[in-house]
Amino acid sequence: MVSICFYFQVHQPFRLRKYSIFDIGSSNDYFDDEKNRQVMQKVAKKCYLPANKAVLDLINETDGKFRVSYSITGMALEQFGLYAPEVLDSFKQLAKTKCIEFLDETYHHSLSFLYSKEEFKEQVKMHNRAIKNLFSFSPKIFRNTELIYNNELANFVEKLGYKGILAEGADHILQWKSPNFIYKPKTAKNIKLLLKNYRLSDDIAFRFSEKSWKEFPLTAPKFASWVNAINGNGNVANLFMDYETFGEHQWEDKGIFSFLRHLPHEILKHPDNDFLTLSEAISRYKAVGELDVHNLISWADVERDLSAWLGNKMQQEAIKEIYMMETAVKNSKDNELLDKWRKLQISDHFYYMCTKWFNDGDVHKYFNPYDSPYESFIAFMNIINDMKMRVNADLKTSSMVQ
Amino acid sequence: MKVLMFGWEFPPVNSGGLGTACYGLTKGLSRKNIEVTLVLPDYPEDLKAEFVKIISSNNIKLKKISTILMPYMSSSNYSQTINKRNARIYGNTLFHEINRYAEAAKKIAMEEEFDIIHCHDWMTFKAGINAKAIKKKPLVVHVHATEFDRTGGNGVNDHVYHVEKEGMENADAVIAVSNYTKNTITRHYGISPEKIRVVHNAVEFEHKIDDKSKIKKINKVVLFLGRITLQKGPDYFVYAAKKVLQHEKNARFVIAGNGDMEPFIIEKAAEMGIADKVLFAGFVQGEDLERAYKMADVYVMPSVSEPFGITPLEAMSNNVPVIISRQSGVSEVIRHCLLVDFWDIDDISSKIISVLRYMPLKESLSENGFGEVKKFNWDIPAQKCVEVYNEVLAA
Repeated sequence: MVSICFYFQVHQPFRLRKYSIFDIGSSNDYFDDEKNRQVMQKVAKKCYLPANKAVLDLINETDGKFRVSYSITGMALEQFGLYAPEVLDSFKQLAKTKCIEFLDETYHHSLSFLYSKEEFKEQVKMHNRAIKNLFSFSPKIFRNTELIYNNELANFVEKLGYKGILAEGADHILQWKSPNFIYKPKTAKNIKLLLKNYRLSDDIAFRFSEKSWKEFPLTAPKFASWVNAINGNGNVANLFMDYETFGEHQWEDKGIFSFLRHLPHEILKHPDNDFLTLSEAISRYKAVGELDVHNLISWADVERDLSAWLGNKMQQEAIKEIYMMETAVKNSKDNELLDKWRKLQISDHFYYMCTKWFNDGDVHKYFNPYDSPYESFIAFMNIINDMKMRVNADLKTSSMVQ
Repeated sequence: MKVLMFGWEFPPVNSGGLGTACYGLTKGLSRKNIEVTLVLPDYPEDLKAEFVKIISSNNIKLKKISTILMPYMSSSNYSQTINKRNARIYGNTLFHEINRYAEAAKKIAMEEEFDIIHCHDWMTFKAGINAKAIKKKPLVVHVHATEFDRTGGNGVNDHVYHVEKEGMENADAVIAVSNYTKNTITRHYGISPEKIRVVHNAVEFEHKIDDKSKIKKINKVVLFLGRITLQKGPDYFVYAAKKVLQHEKNARFVIAGNGDMEPFIIEKAAEMGIADKVLFAGFVQGEDLERAYKMADVYVMPSVSEPFGITPLEAMSNNVPVIISRQSGVSEVIRHCLLVDFWDIDDISSKIISVLRYMPLKESLSENGFGEVKKFNWDIPAQKCVEVYNEVLAA
């Protein structure tokens, strides 16, 4: 028996505008509203709406056998509300089918776990509340930003009450083990660990339109046959990917939606296959062993580490500055300031500062709204400096009031 | 393969990137066992020894033509130079001089054995055309700058334009130092893009000054290094200086170079009340050039139109972060830099301040820039030139 667990990540950052050094002290308008609106409306049209439609149709066509898990960041939810409310409606419609599970994560798609446990906890709570309010669903599974994970995180999240947690099925972690089973984090009590099958996931997410790939073109029957091959040596096929794979990273004219619409039917042709949400998977299958992950891992790049966000001096400086302000921002009792400060924690801001792949101009460039990592660092630091001034001014006023 | 090459300036007698490029390319070609006969204007006797030292390769033969031609000379400062060097008899005008150079080239073409002719910029184009007529060998003209770059498009000298155009039209292939220049050539000279090959310049560095001997300074130094002419945008540099100084009192602006706009720039700085913060270093070369880079915290090249622009690469090789004009060829080949539009004073000054203020930015730019520029060497452009030679010889 193989259970296919689809989990789609839905996220859009609040991109910063080209905030100049001369804006410091005179403008607290940090975000590029126009750009954010454009991107959201474009991706809604190319991806979110048609993909949600396809998923809904598939659930109906299979009498609810097709099941999917989603993790939607607070940043995406807010921007749906601002720029594409119809996307929010379509997710609500999906939620009603009861074939959908929502996961929790940090509301701000942040790296807060690494810098402030307190802030991390607050953001997870915020996210939990948002999902409850919007979809009347109480998440039981946690996924951290960019699948950043280690033992410590698993312990922490277990204490917050979650039953399952996600991680990358990285080779150096698994060694001879298979990602197609449920595990238990070594230091945790009961929480279960679900690992991404990165080969199968990336076949769809990254290689689908790759003409030089020997399996090109990827068809639904071919992919279903690879899933079937897990029968007998695995319980689950964890297909974790960005939702934007459908229509945004892989284009409709390359056949990605047709693939999505056919795949579940192909998979269900095999009598031993089914689809499960992540909660269903951890309640059906026992953990087959423990996994010890001391060092942080992620689902990014070949390194599967944190170097895409924290690999260079600019990134380290920028993030350090942010969390150094935490106490002051929170003491200011200024909710607008707190909201902006949290939006500056979105991991994408640090990703844009990555110089690692800069020479090759690959995927990092594609997702970067700035001319260069240096430009993104400049805008970010200028904003930080403006915010520092405002925090100090706020603190002065509030102490005067006292 | 034997190349008859017409050049004009060559280190240590050079006033800009042109000589540096010519030197690097000749060296790169000699390493590929291409025999080069380099025709150059005459040099003062005392510089000959140093010249021979630089050229130390059996593949390169030197021919001199007695002339005082300097590549960036306008007709007016040519007459001034003539007055200074009245020991010799030269033509009365720059254009007359070019014709004399071209005449002398005929004799050399008759005496020399060669397979191909390679000319660098307009002053040598007539010489190249003459050599081609005599030996019926293919001509390659190498465009390092056009009249449109030098004048910013205003006040293009008609005669120079026609010499350039005639050279390109008579050539079997045109080498442009960037896509930026290729566009200028197709747009303003009507040359078919199929005839143009882009060969980006390179750099090779021999650092003479010990890196540890960092120049001690209290102020932060922003450097402009290049000819003080309209093309290089020195005016935008001082406008940016004014704006930067409003926010960074500690900054000092060094202008290294000379040129016809120098009096204007000095006056402008005085007028804006920043004369004591803008320092003029004059034309620098050799170790002084390296010192100028080493004392800089950031290098700015605000060129209005820069066919290539070797100086940012030199700055990067000295671990200096660079801010460069988008209107440049060099921006096509480097990534670890900050790009600006030359007219955008706000953006230029904002970026200068950012580099001065944010240490991680300065360090990242300088480390990554150094790593990037290390990969450049003249073998690559030399190889591309050889490919162009083979192409025209096969045609």
